Amino acid sequence: MRSGSAGAWVLPPLLLLALLFFYPLLLIVREALGGDGQVPGLAHFGEVLGSRMFRSALWNTMVIAALSTVGCLVLGFVLSVLLAFTPFPGSRMVARLIDTFIALPTFLVALAFTFIYGSAGMINETFVHVLGVARPPVDFLYSQWGVILSEITVYTPFVMRPLLATFSQLDPAQIEVASSLGARALTIVRRIIFPAALPALIAGGSLCLLLTVNEFGIVLFIGAKDVITLPLLVYDLAIQQFDYASACIIAVVNIVLSLGLYTVYRFVLARYGRRRAGLV
Amino acid sequence: MLVWSRRGRLLTFVLALALFGVLYGLPLGVIALASFAGQWNNVLPSQMTLEHYVNAFRGDSFDQLRHSLVTGCVASLVALVAGTWAALALRRARRLPARVFDAIFFIPSAVPSVSVGLGLLVAFSHKPFLLNGTVWIVLIAHFVLISAFTYGNVTAGLARLPADVEQVAESLGARPGYRLRRVTLPLLAPYLIAAFSLSFALSMGELGATVMVYPPGWVTMPVGIFALSDRGSIFDAAALTMLLAATTLLVLLGLSRIPVRGSAR
Repeated sequence: MRSGSAGAWVLPPLLLLALLFFYPLLLIVREALGGDGQVPGLAHFGEVLGSRMFRSALWNTMVIAALSTVGCLVLGFVLSVLLAFTPFPGSRMVARLIDTFIALPTFLVALAFTFIYGSAGMINETFVHVLGVARPPVDFLYSQWGVILSEITVYTPFVMRPLLATFSQLDPAQIEVASSLGARALTIVRRIIFPAALPALIAGGSLCLLLTVNEFGIVLFIGAKDVITLPLLVYDLAIQQFDYASACIIAVVNIVLSLGLYTVYRFVLARYGRRRAGLV
Repeated sequence: MLVWSRRGRLLTFVLALALFGVLYGLPLGVIALASFAGQWNNVLPSQMTLEHYVNAFRGDSFDQLRHSLVTGCVASLVALVAGTWAALALRRARRLPARVFDAIFFIPSAVPSVSVGLGLLVAFSHKPFLLNGTVWIVLIAHFVLISAFTYGNVTAGLARLPADVEQVAESLGARPGYRLRRVTLPLLAPYLIAAFSLSFALSMGELGATVMVYPPGWVTMPVGIFALSDRGSIFDAAALTMLLAATTLLVLLGLSRIPVRGSAR
């Protein structure tokens, strides 16, 4: 394939994607702007965007995504440092276990958390049956905190992958010299490990932000009435209420937000190193 | 080595084990436990049973396993062919067009799955493309969602291939088709398998787009699990989740065992 013929060769997969992905995407935008050949319904657009339902979903989405991402970064950094620099018996197996977590469906964690932290979960049962507390005291799962905790658990491996890859390239002599010169562990983490990890943290963090903004399974499984995010609102409007016009409007906002974050992620990758953080 | 003292090392070991145990060990263990639970009204289940696994292997649940496997295999295969084709076509393209097309093939991974499903509903619900209510719309949704990941994996693999082997083949007079079949694709095999594995795992766990488009006759496992847990059959849901995870990991394990000649690593 010479460079001249590359243009023709790329057409079949491109046309496939155009028909199955870009054409539906365009129809969402058309439907959002008023649909079948009528005057563009910008009034309805504004009405939906001004509604409390949309505003609270947007707010929930951003708060959950931001807090989950911060959580993933902190936890991912701590766990990666523990795995890479303080090897303990079984640490290789743990690293592999965390890697397989990426292959499992996200709602698995949400389902597991209902057995652990739910109103009839293990922790509450322990309080009620063993300690004799009258009412189940642990009550955070069916709120945004339940969603955030689940998302942190699910997406931390996406931060750890690039971090562990970076750490494996860090010269151990650097740490040993610092340590023999009397630097404490925390100083080494702050002065050597953290600066080296920064590009991987930025890449992993922006991927986390993208994935958490679009997370659906966890929010659906937690099923808290007052935790509606943008993807859940699209599902709710289209499938439960058959209101395709409003669903398309919300979807357009969600897609724009997501593409914006994706652009940031690609920019970060190009700027801070080629190693792709996990999947994308 | 970051911590040298004996006490310090013991402390970090305990800390690491507690963190990993609570965050990753406990959820897996609890799902496994729940899948065997007959009655669970106390801290631990009071009765164990295999009933939920019996349920998982018959009737609707078993159909769902079949649907998920078929969907995962078909969508991943099509995505693999399309992704490899696109990656090969863009390999020798000039810089600017290659970057534009590259971005285009990656965009599906940046669009929320629920919106992908909504778009398919809007686009394929009436003639000339009436696919709503058929298996095809589920397959299309999965293909679209995983296509960027297969393309990305194959592109990354292509970038790591040693250039000289193909040049030697070319200078010895191998035609492009022959070179592709006998040199490039065998060299690429490990990356193709990795791409297929990733797509398959993503497809098996896909919920957002599927729940938008699935017809009543083609319920996949994640949708079935949600339906079970939504109506309170949480132990059946746990058993089906175990089955889903085990199936996915088994297929991935099988794929990783495929012997490949001339690995490019």
